[in-house]
Formats: sequence, C-alpha cells, structure tokens
Amino acid sequence: MKKAYLGIDIGSISTKAVIIDEKNKILASEYLWTEGNPMEAVKKVLRSLEPQFKKKTYQIVSVGTTGSARKLIGAMVGASVVKNEITAHAIGTTSLYPDVRTILEIGGQDSKIILIEDGVVVDYAMNTLCAAGTGSFLSSQARRLGVEVEEFGKIALKSKKPTNIAARCTVFAESDLVHKAQIGHRKEDIIAGLCKAVVTNYLNNVGKGKKIVAPVVFQGGVSKNIGVTKAFEEATGCDVIVDPNSHLMGALGVAILARKSKKEKEFSFNITDMEFKTIGIECQKCANHCEIICVYKNNQMIDSWGNRCENGAIPIKNKEA
Amino acid sequence: MKTKEPCRVAFPRFGNYHIPLEFLFTKGLGVEYITPPPSTKKTLEIGSKYSPDYVCSPFKFNLGNYIEAIEAGANTLVQTGGTCRLGYYGELHEQILKDLGYDVKFVNMSKANYRNPLTFYNEFKKVNPNLNLAKVSSALLTMLKMVECIDNVDDYVRQNVGFEVHDGEMEKIHEAYLEALKQVETKKDVIKTTKTYMKKLKDVKTKKPKKLIRVGIVGEYYTIMEPFSNHFIEKELAKKGIVIYRWMNVTNSILHYDGKEQKKVIKNYVKYYMGATSMSTVYKTLEWAKAGFDGIVHVKSFGCTPEIDAMPVLQKISADYKIPILYFSFDSQTSETGIQTRLEAFYDMIMMRKEKRK
Ligand code: SF4
Ligand code: SF4
Repeated sequence: MKKAYLGIDIGSISTKAVIIDEKNKILASEYLWTEGNPMEAVKKVLRSLEPQFKKKTYQIVSVGTTGSARKLIGAMVGASVVKNEITAHAIGTTSLYPDVRTILEIGGQDSKIILIEDGVVVDYAMNTLCAAGTGSFLSSQARRLGVEVEEFGKIALKSKKPTNIAARCTVFAESDLVHKAQIGHRKEDIIAGLCKAVVTNYLNNVGKGKKIVAPVVFQGGVSKNIGVTKAFEEATGCDVIVDPNSHLMGALGVAILARKSKKEKEFSFNITDMEFKTIGIECQKCANHCEIICVYKNNQMIDSWGNRCENGAIPIKNKEA
Repeated sequence: MKTKEPCRVAFPRFGNYHIPLEFLFTKGLGVEYITPPPSTKKTLEIGSKYSPDYVCSPFKFNLGNYIEAIEAGANTLVQTGGTCRLGYYGELHEQILKDLGYDVKFVNMSKANYRNPLTFYNEFKKVNPNLNLAKVSSALLTMLKMVECIDNVDDYVRQNVGFEVHDGEMEKIHEAYLEALKQVETKKDVIKTTKTYMKKLKDVKTKKPKKLIRVGIVGEYYTIMEPFSNHFIEKELAKKGIVIYRWMNVTNSILHYDGKEQKKVIKNYVKYYMGATSMSTVYKTLEWAKAGFDGIVHVKSFGCTPEIDAMPVLQKISADYKIPILYFSFDSQTSETGIQTRLEAFYDMIMMRKEKRK
C-alpha cells in the first residue's frame, strides 16, 4: 500500500481539494461551490474524490485543511494540519515554482499578495474589506453586461482600446460602467477596461508599497481570466505565470504540509455518511458574550472554540481519539 | 450635579493603570474612585453607538467606559490631553454625555503637563477644593512608583509567559499581584509587594529553547496598552512561544521619556516631528531591527493619523534590515478570523526564515 495525502482548501465561495502521493503528484482533485455550507461542500468534494484514485494502491494517511473554514473542517475530518491560507498557498506554489518571487492571488471574495525570497515568505498582505478587486465583482459585472464570466477573458483580448473605468470602489465602478455602456463604448473595450480596473485596484490596495519582482505567479479563481492576466503583465512589466492548477494551490500546499507533518492516521471516506452539525452558544459569563462554536459528530461533541477566556471553555466529555 | 453630593471620580480604563489611579484619587485627593468595569464587547458597542462613526476607536472605548462608570455610580469624569485628536476628546465626550442627559462633572486635564506633575494640582482642585498638598504629593509619588512596578512586572510576564510549563500559572500570580496592590498604603508597601510577587513569578517553571524568537510590538498608545482593543494580541503571540518586547507603557513614554534621544537615533529616517506615538514607534522599530529581532508587530486603531504616517517609514526599515513587519488596524468591525490568519502566517514566516538560516 502506498501513502497518499489529502488537502482541503475551503473558502466562503469555493471548496478545493487534492489527493497527492509521496512525490507531491496530484492523484485526484475537485473544485466546487461552497454554497454557504462548508460541511456539506466537504462531503460532496470527498464523494467526488473517492472514485478518482486507486484505493487498492493508495491509503490516505494524513489530512490538511486551509481556508476560512479550516478549523471547522479540520475538526470534521480529523486533520493533522490546520494551516492559514497564506502559508498554504506559498508552500503549494513553491513546490511547483521554486524560484517564484511574487504570488498574486485573487479569489472569490478576497485577494492577497505573497512575496517570497529563496523559497521563504518574506512579506504578505490580504484584503478582505473591498470587493472591487475580487472574483465576485467580476461575475456580477459579467451578468450586467450579459456575458458569461468564462468568456470574459477572451472577449477582453479583442479590445484595442480598453475603456477607463473608475476602480476605486465597487459602487463607483458599477455606475461608471453603466455610464460608459450608455455613451456607446464597445463591449470588448468595457470588458478589457474592467480587467484593468481589477488589476489597478489590486495593485493599489493589496499590493500597496510592495515591490513586484519576477517570476510572478498568478492564482486563485480569477487567474483563469486571461484578460486579467494580460492586464497584470501590462501593469507590472513582468511575465505572469498561470499554472493549469492555479486554483488548487492552497489545497496542494496543505496536502504537502500534511505529508511533512509525519502525523499519520488512516483516513476513511465513511465520514461522508456521518452526521455533522455545529451549534453556536453565546457565553453568558461576562459582557463579552463570546460566541462559542461547538462541533458535533453523530450528536457527540468533538470540538469547540470561540471563548476568549478559560471561564467560557466547554469541556469535551467523550473526546474521541 | 447636586452640589452637596461627594465626588465619585472615574477615568477611562486602559491596561492595569486603574489601580494607581484609584490609589491617587482615594489616598491623595480623598475622594471616591469608581473603576470602570473591564472593557468588553458591550463597552465598545455602547461607545460606538454614541460616537461619530469616523472617530478613532480609543474615543469609542473611552465613551463606553464613561457610561459604564456612570452606571456604576461615578459623577465626575476625568479626561486627559494629548498631541493629536486626543486633545479634543475631553470636550467632545463632555458634550455627548450632556446630550445624552447624564448629569456629571467633567475635569479635562488637557491643560496639565504629564512631565510636571504639579500642574495637575490646579486641576485636582476642581475635584476637591480642600486639597492637602502634602497628602497629594506623597500619594503621587507612591502612585508613580506603582506605575513603574506594574510596568516592570508586565514586561517580565510578557517575555516569559509563553514558556511556562503549566499554562496559566503566571496569569494567576499576575492577577493576585494586582489585587495585592490595591491594598497598599505606602511606597514601601508597593516595593515590598512587587518584590514578593516578582519572586513568585520567577519561581514559575519555564522551559525556554536555546534559540529564542523575539518579536517587538509598536504602535499607538491606547490600542497597544489596552489588550481588549488589540484582541489580546500579545497573549496570542506568547502562546506560540515567542518572547515579546514592548517599550510602550506609561513609565517609558511619560515618566522617563527622552524625545531628544529618540530623534537622534532615527534622524536618517525621520526629519520632522510626526505627532503622538509615531516617533517612538519608529525609534523602537529601528532599535529592534538593529538588534536582530525576528519580527515587529505594529498595531493602531483604524484611522489613527500619526501612526499611518509612521508606516511608510517602517516599510523602509523593514526593507533596509530585512525584518518582517505585520500591520494591524483595529476598528469595531475587525474580524477575529482575519487576525488569526495573519498572525499565524506571520509566525510561519518567522519560523521558516529561521530554519533557512540554520
Ligand atoms: S468566554 Fe470568557 S470572555 Fe467570553 S463571554 Fe465567556 S467569560 Fe466572557
Ligand atoms: S494617537 Fe491615533 S488613535 Fe490616538 S487619539 Fe490620536 S489619532 Fe486617535
């Protein structure tokens, strides 16, 4: 039996997962929408991964989770590594591009920049406040223009003269876009302008004060949009690499960390048949009213967090190994 | 306020300084002191509700503290001065509380000078006209000693709590120490009590690795000193086994402040005075960068202009000395997950660098 490792990257918009072997080769992968229900999304992802690899040859011996729901999903699948998405992305990307110096990432709801020297993270920044530079902004604008977001990039490439679109914030960008469409700008120019606006916004907010050095790797959902990639190349003057698996880097990174952790425990797919739920309790012991999240597996509590102090801790009675 | 009512004084809460303040007001000025309840989510909610939205969060916390103190019986509120917006806080607080219908007396210390304690005398007279100068001076001296001792003990805990063998031991002793300080009468008592508890703290079993990770915390006055407002960031870092250094406290920034020296040290980075705590922020960042620290964490309340001005300078120091700096800006909306993610990534970054250098 050969060893395999599972990495799950679970964000508010999408859920990504990979299974790798001991040489970091991807044996199976999946990408789907979280749809506001991370626990259900993970079950779906697992059901889709299971038939993709040879279960007779490989046994998953360690699991890692990352993304905004990493803790919850980590408790659910019994992860040996629960890692923040910055480290996970850096590890995933450097495993494929050891020389990378700059990682640009634009996801569904947030974006980040990671600077790397000699394979080690030296600086990073995240943006979670403004939507103007993210994937959800692009898809809502695509809808407004009556174009599939998947077509966006190709259409943008046709443009010779991208329209200038005020990119400072979502609301301005939206009204400016409507205005430009009304005064007769061509669709491809507006779309190319939008891609440019996303890049400008990103560089001014997330990339503020950071020096972008080649090799540059662009990833996250929006990296599939060739229009944005091209806009990045123009704005930075660097070649921008987009890996075919660019959306899986976080999952890959955390799978590698699970492998390196050497904490091994056979993982079984039967958790897709178990019932998981979370219950939020408001601690009443002081005016902070911390919201404590309790995770239950088949009606038994397996973990809890959210208490700011020990007084609010909820003991786990029958903690399973 | 009904004139015959005795004064019950309150000052906004920050750090553990309510203890020396209580001592000064009760023992020195002979009035009752109401310690506002510890800041919580509710404090911030109350404060934000009645504050202008754009004001920096210390204002909101202070206002929340005032209202909670009034509910606990305070009728005389004290505010301090400062070199930025802080200087206007007092008047605005007074106006807001009045508009809310609270009948309280407001003593605004923005005219007094911290480095010359006697200037407080005139302000104190407003609290208690029959002031006994000898009593006030002696209480003031004891109080200053208390501040120094509290800051010392704080420093020790900050640098060691991450390595205790049994979690929570130091925090318990620390709390007991602060309780004991509430009972002291004289400066001698302060020194003795501090010695006793310092010994207890030093007796706590710790296990330190050979190569220590050192991180310095810099930033804006209030946010750095009031743990609730910075989401207990020191505790979070210490838990990961980091030695935490913080220069900013009342002892260093007020009692033993040396602005000239700071200006000299940072002259290659800063030409003009930048207001509030920004000079000290740059000064300590530079010193720690030179000393080879593993990282710096910069904290401020959202919209704090002097500290925003300091950030480009910090970025320059970070590039010159190759020291990672993590920036946090807190407001009433800050999400806990975002803080955790960035702190964890910061820790990973430091660790991976250390490994690489080996
Ligand atoms: S967990 Fe602690 S801080 Fe939070 S509400 Fe309960 S007692 Fe208060
Ligand atoms: S130092 Fe910053 S946070 Fe404090 S009052 Fe001034 S502007 Fe506000």
